[in-house]
Parts: sequence; structure tokens; C-alpha cells
Amino acid sequence: MNETQAPQIERMHGMFLTMLLIRAFDEYAGQARRDGKLRGSVHEYIGEEAIATGVCANLLPTDYISSYHRGHGHCIAKGADPVAMMKELYGKAGGVCGGKGGSMHVADFSLGILGANGVVADGVTIAVGAAQAVKLRGENRVVVAFFGDGALNRGPLLEALNWARVFDLPVVFVCEDNTWSDKTRTSSVTGGSGILARAAAFGIPGETIDGNDLLAVDAAARRFINDARAGRGPLFLHAKTYRWRGHLALDKGLYRDPAEVASHTADDPIARTAAWLISQGVVAAALEADRREVTARINAAVAEAEAAPWPDMKTLFEDVQDAGAPTWR
Amino acid sequence: MAVTTYAQAALLALQQEMERDPTVWALGEDLGREGGVSGQYLGLQQQFGRHRIVDTPISESTIMGAAIGAAICGTRPVVELRYADFGICAADEIVNQAAKIRYMLGGQVRVPAVIRQPIGMRGGMAAQHSQSTEAWWIHIPGLVVVAPATPADNHALLKTAIRCDDPVIYMEHKELWTVEGEVDAAAEPMPFGKAGILHGGSDIAIVTWSGMVAACLAAAGKLAARGCGAEVIDLRTLWPRDREAVFMSVAKTGRLLVVHQAVRVAGFDGEIVAEVAERMFGSLKAPPRRLAGPRTPIPFSEPLETQCRIADDRIVAAALEMIE
Repeated sequence: MNETQAPQIERMHGMFLTMLLIRAFDEYAGQARRDGKLRGSVHEYIGEEAIATGVCANLLPTDYISSYHRGHGHCIAKGADPVAMMKELYGKAGGVCGGKGGSMHVADFSLGILGANGVVADGVTIAVGAAQAVKLRGENRVVVAFFGDGALNRGPLLEALNWARVFDLPVVFVCEDNTWSDKTRTSSVTGGSGILARAAAFGIPGETIDGNDLLAVDAAARRFINDARAGRGPLFLHAKTYRWRGHLALDKGLYRDPAEVASHTADDPIARTAAWLISQGVVAAALEADRREVTARINAAVAEAEAAPWPDMKTLFEDVQDAGAPTWR
Repeated sequence: MAVTTYAQAALLALQQEMERDPTVWALGEDLGREGGVSGQYLGLQQQFGRHRIVDTPISESTIMGAAIGAAICGTRPVVELRYADFGICAADEIVNQAAKIRYMLGGQVRVPAVIRQPIGMRGGMAAQHSQSTEAWWIHIPGLVVVAPATPADNHALLKTAIRCDDPVIYMEHKELWTVEGEVDAAAEPMPFGKAGILHGGSDIAIVTWSGMVAACLAAAGKLAARGCGAEVIDLRTLWPRDREAVFMSVAKTGRLLVVHQAVRVAGFDGEIVAEVAERMFGSLKAPPRRLAGPRTPIPFSEPLETQCRIADDRIVAAALEMIE
């Protein structure tokens, strides 16, 4: 084992905490949905935490990200408040979107989170537009567009790749390849010679990495984001991972071979990071303390969300539009 | 005041707004090279550069999606979709994103985008280049829908649309591009939701907009010659719409005729008639009527296409039946 510098251990430890927080948030959210405490769609990010964490650790607070339906992890990694997020999942006042968006539309613009999105690939076209605004305004910002492998077969994504190249935009496309497009194996519905070939077809350099290897994600993201910031965008990061759970909290995922799922849950990005930290001299007790701290934070967030009031009924009519704002009649 | 065309009036408005506000920009196909389908962007790329008048690939989803992304990140894009028929290619981005982002994100951000989608028949453009789809967008909470009928209105309303913080579906009519009229270059932006009373009368209210305004005015002239007073109301903006102007005119005349080029079934005419019926049924001297397009695609062949148009004589005949 090579000697690793203390700052790198500290950085990895910080990212470990973020991954734990994402895991705990979605463990709770998924179970709460199955228990009927939450309504609507809840898409768990469990098993994919290293990607959001490693990418967002390389972004400035002013950088933008766009996300998709499986978006809790991206928001937490970019710094969103888990309490306000939990309130949002409960549809309560004080939620990041005032309770009007819910799990699929979590966003915090003050942190450059342009929103999770309920339409596959739509966040990607929004991301290239954000990058166009950055360029037009001469700002120092990078835009990261997170999307799943299922998005690769939607036209808007292909348009957006071409667009980003044509206008040389400061975008990093991050494809979180978790193998599944809802309940369909993505490879069974995808032509061509792989995901990077799509990017290459538009002249966008890309790289495939092990998305469960936090060190690899962190290193690749740093290079890609620095390159995009230096005007060498767009770039395409293909991060391989696996969706541990069903498409939604209520999807038991019975269409999958349990042996396949087990082979991937054995490749846990959090366990891998913990093992690395211990190999670098971090004591196991410290990591256990981290786990207890995160559990306490999520429990507190849940308690606060459950105690929070419902939104004021007048907010039903707020923020639809200024011109022609609605009323009951 | 100067006489300009409807297209030149829009060009002037965009030029003035781009000079006033450096965050205003436009994107679409052939804006720089050809100045747009009807010259409504002519010369702007030379003046403002390729970053503010952006020639795009034929990618309606991303034209619209990118405009939304840019709108929520501090700019004011003007989106050119060439024909309302192609606006349908970007319907997902307009309906699921532009119209909803502000609301579903709890008011954290607004989407100040103008979405230009020229509507209507233009003589032989057939089924996929002739539709009038205004009712589609009026139905969507979050959208503003504008349909100017004159060069002066196109100038003043486009300014308002560009300054508006809501996504505005801006529907110019393709047969109006070359129509000329007086335009005051110094005109203030025109508030949305203010109809124009273009012809006074006390026997019947004729409510219309966009490409049908001229036919209604011609009909009003013919009706006047026969001693019938038609009040012609150009709604100008369909959402918000000027309900009071319609109610006042119906209160005065007791008769309501709504005329538009779009398909009648589930058209906006039905909403206007329903609002009047709910509110002032007792004031009506005759059942309200609607003159609008048949529920057919727009055919190519000239005599067939003509059947889909509302000529002034049909408006006159309908009005006379209601009055007599």
C-alpha cells in the first residue's frame, strides 16, 4: 500500500460521510414509501452513491448540476439540506420546493441545483442551455448533467450531445449506467457499440470508469471538470454501477436474477470506501461513529418533517405565472 | 410613426429589446443566414453577433430545452420555432418543463422565455405547416399565449413578451407577415390582457384574434352598410384574456359571435361562449355562435383549403341570422 497524504484521506473521509448520508436518506425514503408514510414516486439511489459524491466533490458552489428522477443523491452531494429535502418528500411546508415538487423535483437553485426532473433526458437539454447562458454571460461555471443509461435512447439526449459539441459548451455529461431502463435491461434495447460510441459519434471525448470506485470517480471527475472549466468541453463520463433496488420503491425488481443482484450488492461503493479508509489507517470505530451520526441526522430530519405543517392552501395558486395568474374562477 | 410590415415591426421590437437588455438573445434555425422564415430577424446577427442571434441545428427539443436552461440561469431567450406545427416537436419541453418549473420548484426560479410559433394558413402549405394551435397552449397552466393581429400590436406585444418573466407562447400569423401598418417605434410595451375594440357597434359583439381580425373588420363594414352595428373585439392575448371587454360588449349588444381560424371543436371560442353563458345568460338576445375551422387537417388543394377559411361574407351571414 502506498503512503497516501493526509489531505487525501481527509477528502475521502468527507466523501464517505456524504455517501452514508445519501444511503441513509434513501434507505429511509424507500422504506417509508413501502410503509405508506410517503406518497408518489420514490426512486432510490442506493448502490450508486459514489458517482454523485465523487463528481460533486469537484464542483464549485456556483457550478450547476441537472438531475433526473433518481435525484436525491445528486442534491445531497451538491449540498442540499436533508431536512428541507425530507420535508419536500413529505409534501410539507419548508420543503425545498415548498412541498409542490416532491421526490422527483428536488432542487435548490441557491446551490446551483437546477432540479431533479421527471422526464427522462429533459434535464440534459436544460443543462446545455444553462451552459449556453454561462458562455453568453462570460461566467466561470461548469455544468454537470447527470442521467441514466435509459436516457441514451431518447432523442433529446442525442440532440443535446450534438448541441453541446456544436457550441463547445462547458458541460460534463455523466451517464450513470446502472444497467436498467425502468424494468428493461438497457443493453437489450440499445443498438450500436456501447455508450461511449454515442458520445464519440458527436465528437465528444469520453471515458468509462468503475462508478463504484470513489477514488476513480473523484479522479476522473476532477480531470473532466477542470477540462470543461478550461474551455475543453463538452466531455462525457460513463460511470458503471448497478441499481440495487427496483426502479421505484414499490418495484420489487422480481424480473432480475437474485444472483445478479447479489453479485452487485457485494460490490458496495460504501464498503469499498470504508475498506480503503481503514487501509489508510482510519480506525473502524471512527467509521462507526460516522454511521451513528448520519443515522441521527436522518432521524432528526424525519422527526422535523413529520412535525412540519402542511403548506398554506394559498400556495396552490402561487408561482403558476404572473400574467394571467389563476384563481378558483 | 412609420409604415412597416408586421414582420418588420417584430424585428424592430426585438432589436430594441436586445439593445436595452444584454441578456436578451434569440435562437432558432436560419436566423442569421436568412433572417428567419420571413425576415423577422434580418440583420440582427450582424448587429449583435453569433452568440446572441444563434443559428441552431434542426433540434426542436433542444432548442426549447436549452432556452429553458438558459432562462433559469439569468438570460431571456427568444425561441424561434418557425411554424406552430414544429412547436409540437418541442411540446414536451414547453408543457412539462417551461410551464411547470417555477411551480414545481416552489417559486425558486422563473422561465422568462418567448416561444415564437407562427400559426395559420398561408396558401398551399398543407396539413403540417398551416395549423392554428393556440388552444393547446391556453390549456396549460403556467403559459401566456399572445396572438397579435397588427404591426403595431406585434411591436408592442413582443416587447412585453420579452420583458415578461413567464414563458410566453407568441403566435404570429403567417399571412400577416407582409401586412403593413403604422408603428410608433417609441411605443411602450402593451399590457397583456387588454383587448382592442377595433370597430364600434351596438347590435352584436364579434370576438376574434390574429389572422381573422381583418375578415371581421371587413364584415363589420358590410354589416354597417346594412344598418347593423358590430363591435369587433381583438383579444390580442388569449391568456390572460380580457373577459371584461367581452362581457361589456355582450351586455351592450346581447349577441356574441366568436371567430377564429383554429379547429372549432375544443377551440378557445367554446371557452369564451361558456364564460358568457355562465355569467350573463339572461342578457343574451340570441344563442351565441362560433365560426371556426372544420375538424379536418388543412388540405393542399386551393378550393379545398378555401373551405377551411372563414370569409367575411360568412361572418356577415352569421351575424345577420343572429340579429334578425
